[in-house]
Amino acid sequence: MSESPAIEVSDLRKRYGEHEALRGLDIEVRRGEVFGLLGPNGAGKTTTVEILEGYRARDGGEVAVLGQDPGRRPRALRRRIGIVLQAGGIYSYVTPREALAHWAGMYPRPRAVDEVLALVGLTEKADARCRTLSGGQLRRLDFALALIGDPELIFLDEPTTGFDPEARRAAWETIRSLRALGKTILLTTHYLDEAQALADRVAIVKEGRVLAVGPPLELKTHPAHPPGSGAGGGANGVGAAGMYRITHRDPHTGELVEHQTEDPTTLLHELTGAALARGERLEELSVGLPTLEDVYLELTADVAAPPATGASSSHTAEEPSDLAAAAARRSAR
Amino acid sequence: MSEAAALAWRQYRLERRMFWRNPSAAFFNFLLPLLFLVAGGAILHGNQRQLNHLVPAIAGMSVMSTTFTALAYNIVFLRERGVLKRIRGTPLPTGSYFGGVAANAVTNTALQIAIVVLAGRLVFGIGWPEHWDELVVFTLLGVVCFAALGVAFAHAIPNFESTAAYVNAVFLPVVFVSFYVFDDKSAPAFVRNIAEALPLVHLIDGLYGAMLGASALGDNLSSLAVIALWGVFGLCFAVRGFSWESRG
Repeated sequence: MSESPAIEVSDLRKRYGEHEALRGLDIEVRRGEVFGLLGPNGAGKTTTVEILEGYRARDGGEVAVLGQDPGRRPRALRRRIGIVLQAGGIYSYVTPREALAHWAGMYPRPRAVDEVLALVGLTEKADARCRTLSGGQLRRLDFALALIGDPELIFLDEPTTGFDPEARRAAWETIRSLRALGKTILLTTHYLDEAQALADRVAIVKEGRVLAVGPPLELKTHPAHPPGSGAGGGANGVGAAGMYRITHRDPHTGELVEHQTEDPTTLLHELTGAALARGERLEELSVGLPTLEDVYLELTADVAAPPATGASSSHTAEEPSDLAAAAARRSAR
Repeated sequence: MSEAAALAWRQYRLERRMFWRNPSAAFFNFLLPLLFLVAGGAILHGNQRQLNHLVPAIAGMSVMSTTFTALAYNIVFLRERGVLKRIRGTPLPTGSYFGGVAANAVTNTALQIAIVVLAGRLVFGIGWPEHWDELVVFTLLGVVCFAALGVAFAHAIPNFESTAAYVNAVFLPVVFVSFYVFDDKSAPAFVRNIAEALPLVHLIDGLYGAMLGASALGDNLSSLAVIALWGVFGLCFAVRGFSWESRG
């Protein structure tokens, strides 16, 4: 029982009138992991999360959250989860300490109020009326209210949207500390760096389906994608999973050149060796880690390509992805 | 079950604390009816028959403002701010939440009626209520009816900015037509028909009977029936149409 996944979703479907928001979405979130749900606006992320939280009824598919069906809104389940909504308000005329004390009373084994205030960094404002708190402070209170019941599973729906960089880092630390406590976290976010920094695994969602799932840097853009086609890619080449980018200005044309490789050590050695031999400097030389953003952009742009056309096998690193997608759309007509 | 009751009690205590801290809530609930009472009392000074009508009319209006108006405002505010949605995601049972909210409204109404009764006794030359049972029954039924209607009406209000317009568009005409028909027995028939189809004039009739001894509880059963019918109507829509989150 305790080793079953925290969340199991298969063939989840939801329709709003004519619009099919979810078209057979599958995810599985393991206990103790931070799972990121990524996708463009309208991809179905929030609909998925709100079904899991018990806010929306599904039209089809199987869902189990901590082994229970959230559609029936069992109270036993709500005791074990914590929810940070995208936009959840709080009473104006209470203080964070009072709100937390009140919320604590709803749960069987709450955490101590002072401890949670400290965890989210709200100790200084603990006794101020909520109506006087800033947006960032209210967001911390959102976290605190979700954590006060000491939940096993925490839903974070775009938790750092609107944060300044410092507040974001602080929120990330909080999320990491929750993970260290063994909590399971389902995170939806617009920020790919956030998913990359926090998530053990991510699922990329578009048009109500999962396009890819896996650890952020091991996601494959497409099974048929030619591996290692990298070194010597053009300036607007498309990043592939696990590829490092080395960029510098061309000493002669002054243009920014980008190379992609799975073996940055060798390529860097070759490039710098050649430049030294010619007595040139490589201006603005940088080595970029492979990023989730590369995979994400390629996947979400490529979705129009039917897998059977083979468009992606002819897809080289030199070919701009929008052309490939356009070609795929043309062949699909 | 006792846990649900304990949670309702906690919610009630929080609601009370928030009520006293919110100056505009305190104003609308307590000061506004008192202002009406003072203004009406000044105008009608020396006319005891008119004062006898004024006090129960203000009492009836107070029931409506502490329940219908206050709940419509509160529910829309909490819904649009996302507080209701947040509460929905906690293990707090729905019944406990609404139990606490309703008990808060009952408390406000009881305080308000006490103030009006006291003012009637001390300032307006009206004795203590003649029929306490009638006072309690009408007040309680009035609370249930107007509280349910307030929650139901919240569903029709699209956003918080328009709450005042929506609420007053109902509250003020109902109060005026009910006051008029209650006070003036020669009101035109169509106005009387409109007022008597609505619950407020019946509540005022009952409170008048209770405060002045004009009629006993048993004489006002048809009034009770109208209020109860509106209450059932309100409860149905309050439950069926209830929305935990903003539609915007």
